[in-house]
Parts: sequence; C-alpha cells; structure tokens
Amino acid sequence: MILKTYNKIYDTDVGYSFFNSKIAIISSSIFLIIFLCSFFAEIVAPYDPFDPINISLMDAFIPPIWSEGGNSSFFLGTDQQGRDMFSTMIYGSRISLIVGFSSIIFALILGVSLGITAGYIGGRYETIVMRLTDVQLTIPSILMALLVDGIARAIISKSMHDEMAIYVLIFAIGISEWPQFARVTRASTLVEKNKEYVSASKIIGLSNILIMFKHILPNILRPILVIATIGLALAIITESTLSFLGVGIPPTTPSLGTLIRFGNNFLFSGEWWITFFPAIFLVVLALSINLLGDWMRDALNPKLKKR
Amino acid sequence: MSFLEVKNLNISYLTRKEKIVASKNVEFTLERGEILGIVGESGSGKSTIANAIINLIDPPGEITDGSIKIENIELCHNEEIIQKTRGKKIGFVFQDPQTSLNPLFKIKDQLIETIQTHLNLKYEDALKKSIQLLNEVGIEDAEKRIEDYPHQFSGGMRQRVVIALAISCEPDLIIADEPTTALDVSIQYQILELLKDLTKKRNLGVIIITHDMGVIAETTNKVIIMRNGVIVEHGITKDVLTNPQSNEGKSLVISVPPTNKKISRFKLINPDGGELKNESLNLTNSIIKNWGKRDISNEKLLDLIEVTKIFDSDSILTSKKDINKLKALDNVSFSIFEGESFGLVGESGSGKSTIAKIITNLIKPTSGEVFYGNISIPKSSNNIKNQYRGQIQMIFQDPYSSLNPRFKVKNIISEPIKFFQKSLDKKAIEKNVNDLIDIVGMTRKSLDRYPHEFSGGQRQRISIARALATRPRLLICDEPTSALDVSIQAQILNLLKDLQEQLNLTILFISHDLPVIRQMCDRIAVLKNGKLCEIEKTETLFKNPTHQYTKELIRLMPKIESII
Repeated sequence: MILKTYNKIYDTDVGYSFFNSKIAIISSSIFLIIFLCSFFAEIVAPYDPFDPINISLMDAFIPPIWSEGGNSSFFLGTDQQGRDMFSTMIYGSRISLIVGFSSIIFALILGVSLGITAGYIGGRYETIVMRLTDVQLTIPSILMALLVDGIARAIISKSMHDEMAIYVLIFAIGISEWPQFARVTRASTLVEKNKEYVSASKIIGLSNILIMFKHILPNILRPILVIATIGLALAIITESTLSFLGVGIPPTTPSLGTLIRFGNNFLFSGEWWITFFPAIFLVVLALSINLLGDWMRDALNPKLKKR
Repeated sequence: MSFLEVKNLNISYLTRKEKIVASKNVEFTLERGEILGIVGESGSGKSTIANAIINLIDPPGEITDGSIKIENIELCHNEEIIQKTRGKKIGFVFQDPQTSLNPLFKIKDQLIETIQTHLNLKYEDALKKSIQLLNEVGIEDAEKRIEDYPHQFSGGMRQRVVIALAISCEPDLIIADEPTTALDVSIQYQILELLKDLTKKRNLGVIIITHDMGVIAETTNKVIIMRNGVIVEHGITKDVLTNPQSNEGKSLVISVPPTNKKISRFKLINPDGGELKNESLNLTNSIIKNWGKRDISNEKLLDLIEVTKIFDSDSILTSKKDINKLKALDNVSFSIFEGESFGLVGESGSGKSTIAKIITNLIKPTSGEVFYGNISIPKSSNNIKNQYRGQIQMIFQDPYSSLNPRFKVKNIISEPIKFFQKSLDKKAIEKNVNDLIDIVGMTRKSLDRYPHEFSGGQRQRISIARALATRPRLLICDEPTSALDVSIQAQILNLLKDLQEQLNLTILFISHDLPVIRQMCDRIAVLKNGKLCEIEKTETLFKNPTHQYTKELIRLMPKIESII
C-alpha cells in the first residue's frame, strides 16, 4: 500500500524531482522533524518550561552536557531561570511556527484576493491596488511590522497587551508580506485571463467571482505556493527579529527570538549556550524552509525542468 | 553520387519513462536544383530530420545510427565540420520570422556578421554583398532598409530577410521548416515564388517541411510522406499526389479541402487503410429526443449594423490622426439568417476575431449595433442577457488553451449545463454529459480524464461538446481547425456539418483558409483591414469574385489541384 502510493508519487514529475534532489529530501525531513517536535511538544520535550513547578532557580546557568559542570538531566543546559534549554526551544519553535504559518496565511488570503481581482477587473481598481503595493514595498517589512506593533500598543490597554501580542504580531507580519502575493497573483492572472477557457466561461455566462476563484485560481496556485513557502521562512525570521527587539512575543511564553534576546545579555559573561542554541535552531529552521522553497520553485517551473 | 545523401538515419529521444523514436531508418537523396517536400502530421518527425542535418537535435535527443553526407562529406557526429558547414553550406529558414531575427541588431549587422563568419570578406565588401542580397530577395530600397531594425519590417519582409540570411554565404542547401505557416496567403505566395526562383538561379538543393499539401503541390519536385518517424511514401510530387500508394498518403490527399468544388463530406481513411465511417449521425437522436428539434425559420438571427471598433481610443497618446489606423473594424454590417452557415474570411489583423468577440459580448463596439433577434447585444441589461445567453456559443482556435487544465472533462462539459438548467438532478446532468460526449465521437471513459491527456483534435471535440451543452442556436467557430492536422481537420469539419444538419444550428465560421471556408459555408463575407469587401454566395464568390482583393486571394491560395 505504502509502496504503491510511493510509486504513484514517484511517477509524477514533481515527485520524481523531489526524490532525486538530495537538498529537497534533507531539508524537508529537517522541517518535518522540527514541525512534528513542536506540534507534539508536550510529548517530545522532557520538561514543561511554563510550569513553575518544574522550574528551580537552583538549576540556572547549567552548561550543556558535554561542557564542564554539565548536568545529564539538562541536555543543552539551562537558562537564567533554570528552564531546560531543549524544552524551551521546542516550545519556542511552536510559537514561531504558529506565528509564521498564521501570518503567511493571512498575507496569502489578503494578497491573493486583492491580486486576482486587480488582475481580472483592471482599470482604476487595479491601479489603486498596485500603487498601494508599490508604496508598501518601499517600506522595509520589518519597519512596517514595527509600525503596526506600535499602533497596536497605543490602542490596546496594557493589561490586555501580553494576551493580544501574538495576534498583533500575526497581523503585523501578514500586513507586511501581502504585496508579494498580490503582485505575483496579479501577474499570473493577467496571463490566465487572456486564455480561451476564460473567454469560454464568460460566454457561458459564469459570474466574475466564479471565473476568478473556480477557473483562474487553481491555475495560478503554483507560483503562489512557492512564494508562500519562501515567505514562511521570512515570516519566522521577522517574528524572531521583532521578538529580539522586544516588541514581539512576551517573555512569559518565549519564542525563538525572545530566547535569543535573553541569551544575548549573558553572551559575554560566558553563558553562550543560552543564545547560541536558539540561534542555530532558527537558522536551521529558516534554511530548511528556504531550500525547500528553492527546490519547489525549480520543480514547479516548466521552463527550468531538467530533461 | 547525389548531392545530399541521408542513409539509415535513426534518432530517438530518451525520456524518463520511455524511449521515443523520432526517426527510424530514414533514407533519401536530393540533387541540386531540386525542391524536396517533407509532409506528415504533427509529431511525425519532419522537423527532427531537418534539425539532424544541421546537427541541432536538442538533448535528450540523439542520433543513434546513420549517416548524412553532403557531396560525400560525412556530417553526422562531426562537430567541427558541421560548424563550418552550418550557415556556409546549409542555410536554414525558420517558421516564425518574428523570433528568428535578433530584435536588438540592425539587419545590416546580422547579415554582415554571418557573412564575415564564413567568408573572408572586408566590412565594405560584406556590406555591398548584403545590399545585393536584399535586392535579390526583393526588398526595395535595400541601401536604406539595411539600416533598419527587424521590427520595422512586416512579417513577409522579415521572412525575406531570413531567406537573405540563409543564402548569404552561398549555401548549396536550404532547409525551410514551415517557412510560410505564419504568413498570410498573398505573402506565402511571394515567398514560395522567391524560393523557387532562387533554386533555379543558384542551383540549390531545397528541403521544404510543411503540413500544407497546397504548398507541396505548387513548389516541390519530390515529396516524402512521414508517419511516426518512418518514411511511408516517397516519389515525384505529381505521382504521389495524384495516386498515393500508402494509407497515410491517401489520407493526407483525400483530407485536403478541394479549392474548386464543394463536397458534402470528407472521406476519412483509417491508418490501417479502411474507410472511417461517421458514427455521430445516429447518436444525435438521443439528444434530439431530449431537447426537441429546432425549426428553421429562415429569419434574420443576427444583425450587425455599422459596427466600428477602435482599440485604445481613449488613450491620451493617440492623436485624432492615428485613430483611422487603430480601427479594428470600420462600419461593418451584415446579417446571418437562421440555419445557414456564414463564413468570415480575411488575413491576420483583418478584424475577424474582433467580430466574434463583439457578438459574444466579450468586448463592446465603439459604435454601431448588434441585434440578436430583436435584442441589442451590447446594450442589453443583465436581465435580458439571460434570455439569449447560452444561445450563442463559441469554439476557439487554440485547443490547448480553451479547456481549463485543472478540470476533468466531465466537469468542463457539465459546467454550462449546471449553470443553465439549475433544476436538473445529478442523474439528468450525467445523462446529458454522456449524450454530448457521444455525439462528438469520443468514448465515455474520457470523461474522467484531464484535458492534457488528449490530442489537439480530441480537445477540439471536447470544446464542441461544451459549446453544445447550452443548446445554442448560433455557434461561432473561430478558426476551429487551424491548429490541427489535415486529416483531423477533415474529421472536425465533418462533425460540424453533421451537427449543423441534425440540430439545425446556425454557424458563423471564421477562417483565413479559403478552401475550408468554401467547404463549410453557404455565404461568405470577405474582410480586409477591418473593412468589408464583399458578401456573396459561396459559389458565386469563387466563380466570379467582384472585389479586387477577393480576386487576389482566390488566385494566390495554394491549390492542390494545380498539379493534377
């Protein structure tokens, strides 16, 4: 049964390209491992770093197991509050991934629906949407996210702020990423809408909404999927940067960026592992997603297809 | 010893899943002063042979066996010799003159570069030679035009420049791969005359690859017919065309629409030699039972009154003076009566497709009126539109883009049914879809497959089934067969004729191909640059054309009968 599905996937062009690309296999398995670990964090992580019962300040600043003074119960050492580094990272990556996925889905829905309507309807509406993306692309996305975060801080009361932080972050990153989707979607829509199957649907009398989302959308999903994957890595990095700057996820439920910020304070006092491991973890995560995106871009592009 | 000798040529393409044989044991010879035609359906390996001679087979294609000799010099697997030969001894004319010249270089530079690569000439001499070449291929004012860029030439002129390039180094052999397919009839005639002329004057060997039997009949001395990479027939053109021996040859010759008479149906021949019977005739019964047959009223169904279309008329960049140039349609009026097939013929850019788009309300005319019955199409509100929507349907030119690649065939066909007959339940829809796929002559198995699994002809059948699904009165066919091989074209034309007869359809048939129009239509309108030249009954038009342009078109179209 499994073998049968494997053969079926291998038989398709994309599947063949996947199983013949070492980079694709390695990066996707790394990503899958990280994803599963963070999804089943309760099972995988040896400790629950958010449960005060497990935390003892006595355990603070224990170095990794192979260094002098390492403790076999804390594989990668502990941070300044005595939390197990490994468990904290697993829980932290879960928050990073949640923020990454949610913000990219938010950006995708916003960008694709604006892009497809702009490309299909055209005229003044298209001009407005596309100029909006132009303007937004002149502002670096990190600044855009900072701006949104700042406004949100002013609006939301302080007591609510920590609870709302994750939603604000998702909104901020999503808002800063949508122009990419809008541009690619519009460009692909312009190509598709001149094809004859769209004319045929118009002559049948289908409504514009139906033509856009039932006929055109499935045909332009490939490039959108590619930028969504690369955008996911970007969103995770943006989240970490914001958290590192102290405007992202609050310290009570740290994400990878928050962890790096904590560790940064102790970097020069010798406790390097507190910042080093989350940083490496973040690099591996972002790199594996990016490499996967690169492979996908090549595999889904008929022009680059290897003969 | 012959001038060009191809022996036992085997070429195959190795893909991941299979080995595709593009040419198998191909053998032929060519003498100087001869024009050899290679015909065959798409995918038969015509172009592969041409590319093999100049060693331009792209990987994973590979010449596995055989030899190609020019004047006893072996070209196969000999990169050094082929580099010297290509361009110098062999000139190549490509299909599309729009892309075979580099748009960033002046004509001068492209010619001189080629000449200096192969001939040991100084710049001034090369320039002189280039001008002389342009004169020879019939470009007027060559000293001035040589300074121009490719985009400043028209399609036909560009193809002349490409031919000038091909003969610039005094080659002995010219290979022309579909040299006139992208050109209009009148220009096609000139280019073919030019090739014939050069063959005689310069004593060249010429290979013309084409799918057009008319071109073969008018230009070549010898002809090769190919199928699946194998030569199935070769001989003197006249013998082959008048008395073809192979099934493939018979099928090719018999499927060509005759230019001198109207026949009721094309005869079709199977690859195995038997005659193909038309099954669709009886199968329409079930649909007719469902729908009921429409009566032909012989009343005016569609009326175009002084329709004018100007593209970009509101752009600030167009001055009043330029507007006349941008007129895609200029005061076009005609009417179509119920039950007839009305032909619209013209060269590229004459506004044929624009008319189709206006009738289907894809674009609005700048001025003028289009009446369907007594409803004005461009001015009707959404409410009124629903009354006639579905009654006008269209079949498109390109079978590869007219079907949504992400939809299964059954969803493609059922979509209009679901849209127009919302009350139908699942079973009734399925029955309708089955009936439709039957009458266009395809198996019901194909319903569960995707469009990319079908050939061009089959896709066009699916396209017809979709158009019929709304039970149309007026069917617009915009060049429905121009992307298809002749034998497939014959099948599709037969199918359209059958359907028209059975379902009492009114057809607006748009084409650049006069013989096809002649076979299909009762009345014909001739368009030129957006203006209507004349409307006449088919037989009258072909026997006594009144307009100068029509006369020209009819005189210049390639005729397969010219040789018989």
